[in-house]
Formats: sequence, structure tokens, C-alpha cells
Amino acid sequence: MKAMLWLALQSAWNRRHTLGLTLVALSLSVAMLLGVERARDAAKQGFEQSIAGTDLIVGARGSPLQLLLYSVFRLGEASHDMSWNSYQRLRDDPAVAWVIPLTLGDSHQGFPVLGTNQDYFEHLHYGDQRPLALTSGRRFEQLFEVVIGAEVARQLGYKLGDKLALSHGQGPEALASHEDLPFEVVGLLARTGTPVDRTLHVSLQALEAIHLGWQGGAPLPGLNIPARFVQKFDLQPKRVTAALVGLENRAGVFRLQRALHQYPDEALQAVLPGVALDQLWNMLGIVEQTLAGVSLLVLAMGLSTMVAIVWAGLGERRRELAILRSVGAGRRHIVALLALEGLLLSLAGALLGYLMLGLAAQAAASWTQAELGLTLPAWGTPASELKLLAGVLLAGLCASLLPAWRAARLTLSDGLMPRL
Amino acid sequence: MSSSATPQGPLLQVASLRFGWDSRSAPLLDIAALSLAAGESLFVCGPSGCGKSSLLGLLGGVHLPQQGSIRLLGRDLVSLGRQQRDRLRGDHIGFIFQQFNLIPYLSVEDNVLLPCRFSARRAERARQLDADPRRSAQRLLDRLGLDPALARRQAMELSVGQQQRVAAARALIGGPELLIADEPTSALDGDSQHAFLELLSEESRRARSALLFVSHDRSLASRFDRRLELQPPVRSTPGSRS
Repeated sequence: MKAMLWLALQSAWNRRHTLGLTLVALSLSVAMLLGVERARDAAKQGFEQSIAGTDLIVGARGSPLQLLLYSVFRLGEASHDMSWNSYQRLRDDPAVAWVIPLTLGDSHQGFPVLGTNQDYFEHLHYGDQRPLALTSGRRFEQLFEVVIGAEVARQLGYKLGDKLALSHGQGPEALASHEDLPFEVVGLLARTGTPVDRTLHVSLQALEAIHLGWQGGAPLPGLNIPARFVQKFDLQPKRVTAALVGLENRAGVFRLQRALHQYPDEALQAVLPGVALDQLWNMLGIVEQTLAGVSLLVLAMGLSTMVAIVWAGLGERRRELAILRSVGAGRRHIVALLALEGLLLSLAGALLGYLMLGLAAQAAASWTQAELGLTLPAWGTPASELKLLAGVLLAGLCASLLPAWRAARLTLSDGLMPRL
Repeated sequence: MSSSATPQGPLLQVASLRFGWDSRSAPLLDIAALSLAAGESLFVCGPSGCGKSSLLGLLGGVHLPQQGSIRLLGRDLVSLGRQQRDRLRGDHIGFIFQQFNLIPYLSVEDNVLLPCRFSARRAERARQLDADPRRSAQRLLDRLGLDPALARRQAMELSVGQQQRVAAARALIGGPELLIADEPTSALDGDSQHAFLELLSEESRRARSALLFVSHDRSLASRFDRRLELQPPVRSTPGSRS
């Protein structure tokens, strides 16, 4: 076998230009296969990490998925809010340990702005029950102070003391600006790998303050309230978008959920984050399966290219195989030679594909984080990827048995002198 | 057709052999008896299509006759399994062909060492002779008059004459009992042809290898102990001392 491995390496190197094309096709398909797997893992991990320790997400009645999307992932907008009274009654429920109010709707250069209170920093956890941490500065205390997520700071280059203005509405289409009431960056949050990284955090009162004199999403003409006067107004929030709830005893979660669904004053819904996350993941599963299917097809095409090239090359190699037969190579040696070639090619394709994906993930890390919210690991090989790589090798070996079988047949009919 | 026995005892014995590619037509080869002793040389000649290449395939255990037996070192190739025949060929037979003898992408030395990679017996014998198969390859190349500097060169970089010497070294490494040469000199000019034949005969004698030399050039027959002439479709004349 050692001799065959040596010979297979020498032979492959001799045909490196032809096999190079196969190698590129194979490595691209391996990179795609692993990329889909890695993106899936990253997405799932991001999902699972984005919220921890929260027992219920409460908001106006509607789609549970939509509530999850805007309250946790800052995606989309709420069609309805919940009243401040409902928030307060929830907070005062003896079964409830804490409630984090969330108000969304504004943005800054495409990043969502979240109005909340100190409970957010106290009780919000992510990943493996990790609390939020500041890399520098402090939480907001005054009205026009903002604490920004790690990705916001990185992309926009903000540091403590910088001033920024919020925009009314979300996303790039947000036009109306609150530039008359700028915020000062007072805290930078440590990276969490969750939507928190892409969020600017201000107080609920601050959001009320910047919307003084606004109606229907636009400032009233001629009404401009300077910052020094806003404190004189009642800044008590009237509504919040959603609330994250932690219970004293998790066993009571279904009782509270039922109670909220039957809440008499307002149509509310309470969602268990784990259940909603699973629903969302299952929805995305179709996309994931389609992608996985496409990448498997690409891999099959890569392997087919390999088989076709090796198969087509057999005609030219008949003399070589006959010479090997004359020096003692048996049919099993010929089969082993071709199978090893396929295996080596698959191995090289798998390694090169892995390397290409690593480099691509490294180069596109900030883009995938910013645009897709995915933290794609560049290196490291989890068990699922090892299984895929092993599958690629096995598939490569099996595919190469086809030209190996033909080579064995040719050598039998050719004998020691092929009639060409 | 028959060939006389030799005093040294038969290394190769063929009896009542009939072989054809198409079982419905007359056999291509019909050899009543043929034997070859250790160290003996046999010249096989005949026109194109008389079955020379088929005979080599049969002796090498690649093809099987429809009838008869082929015994090499006392073992009947017909009764052996395919894998055993492959092993017997690798262990005991060295081949030299007319052209395209070498694996083009391997170095000269690696080409010579090929039989040792497939046959542990050849590797072991090379070790016994020269302590190391690589040294054995170098010695053979040196004896066959090849510049040692060429040993690391790729086979395709050599001239035809040089390639044939390398092929001879490859056939001789590990001292196989039977050396089969299929028109090895037809691509060489007159002088090179004689020089190569000299070297081949000398080296096979030195290794005590029997030499079965196939050629259509009857003028070479005088250099061999015996001659066997094959004729299409099946008839051949008895071997005669040359």
C-alpha cells in the first residue's frame, strides 16, 4: 500500500495541471458545503445566545415570531405597542422578579436604538447566562446619554464623549433626524455576538424627550424645544414596544402566560423565548435544507468532474498501467492506485476547501457580522465539519472506484502490451 | 512444435498449449512443448500476428490458455489464482519491451526500483546482492553504461537507447529467474542494437537468468542458445540450436 501511495502521489503530480482544475472544483464545493454548515451553526448559536434567562417576552397581541424578531433581534417593527400601565402591572406582579421595558423605533445610521432602563443592564443575559459588561465608560444616567454596542462602536468608530444624533424610524430609509438633541456616548459594551452589539441604548425618558413636539412621525413645524427645557416636561413613557420578563419561579411561567393572554385591559401576548426561537429556526430550516441540498449538488458535480477527468485520462495511461502490470502490479494494485488517487484528490480538495473557507470567513468577518449578524468562525473544526470532511473523502473514494474498475478491466484486456 | 529440454532442468515448461482470442476459430498459438532452463537463452521469432505478444502474456500469467499447462519454477500458472499469478510474475519475471518501457514521470532510479516496490522477494534479493535495492539499481545502471548523473533525471528526458538500458536494469533488479525481452532493440540503430544485446546477455548470464528474446530480426538468432519460430496461424517449427 505504501508503494501504491507513493506511486499515486507521483502520478497525480505528473498530471497536476489537469487535476488542478478538478482540485479547484472540488475545493470550491467543499468550501461551500462547509460554509453552509458553518453559517447554519453560527446562525443557530447566535439565536441561542441572543437571549438567556428570560422567561417570557411580552408585547401587543400579534405574531409570536414577529414579537421575537423585533424584541430580541431588532428586526422589523412592532405593529402595536403595550401600554405603560400594563408594563407597571406586570412589574408589580408578585410572581415576576424583573421586567425589562423595550422601546424601539428610532435608529442611528442603520443601527437600531433601544429605549430601556437600568434593568436591562442588570438582568439581560446572553449565551451561557452571561451578563452584559462594559469595556469602558458607564451606563446611561442622564437624559441624553447613550451606551453603544461593540459593533456600533467598531463600525462607526465611536469612543466615549462622542456626540451623535438619532433618526426617527429604522433602517437606512430613516429620514427625520433628532439632530437638535444630540446624545453623548458614555459607555461601550463588550462584544456579545448578539443583536446587542448592533444596538444603541438610551433611556426611555430620552426617547420621550426627543419626540416632544413630534406628531405622526414628524416634528411639528415651528416647534423646537431646546435640550435645557425638555426636563421641564413630563417624560414618563406612555407605551413600550415589548417587555422581557424574569420570574421568581420558572414553574409559574405558564400561569403567567395564560394570565397575560387573558389580560382584560389590553390585548397582550406572552411568548416563551425558547419555543419562539425553535419556531423561527424551523422556518429557516427550509432555507438551510435547500442550501445544504445545493451545496451537496455542487459537491456531486465536483466529484463527477474528478471521475470524468480521471476516466478520460485512462486512455492515455494504458501503457503506464501495462508497465505496472509487467513489473508485478496485480489488478488490486491498479484498483488501489486509482482509488488512492481519488482519495488523495478528495483529501487535497477538502483541505484546500477548508483553507479557502477559513480565509474567506476571516476576510468577510466584519461584513457577515455587520450585514448578517453572523459570527462566522474562520478556523476550528467542530465534529459536524469533521463528519462532513470524512463524508467528502468517502464520497471521493467511492467515486474513484468507477475509473478504478475501468482501469482494472482495461489492464485485463490489454495484458502487458496495450493495442493502441 | 516443440523445444528441446536442457541439462540444467526446466525453469519454464509449456505443454500442449492452445490459445486464441476467439474460441470459434483456429488457435493463434498451438505449442506442443517448450522448455527453458535456468541461464538459458531462447530466441523467439515470427512474422506479425503470429502470437508473439500473446505468448508473452501467457508466460507472464496475464492471459490463460484454453488448453495446456505453463509451469514456471514448478508452479502451473493455469491452476493459480489471478493474484498468485501476478505475484509469481512480479517475483520471478523481468520484462523489457520495444518502447514506452518506462513510467515517464518517475526518475530513472525509481523506474528501476519499481519491481522491488511490488515484490518483496525482488527487494530482498536486491538487498542480498547489494545491501540495498537503491544501491542495486545504481550498480545495474552503471554496468549497463548509464551515466550515474542521469539516475535522478526523469525517464522521459532520456534518449531511446538510454531508456532501453534503464528498462534492462529494471528487468534485472532483484535477479528474476526469467527475463523476457519483446523486441527491445527494434528502436535502436545497428551499433546500439549490438551493444545493448551484449550488455543484456552479459547481465542475464551474470544473474543466471533465463532469457526469452522475441524479435522479428532473424539475424540476431545466432546470439542465443536456441531458437523458436512461430508461424501464423498456429504452426511453428521445432526449436533448434543456433
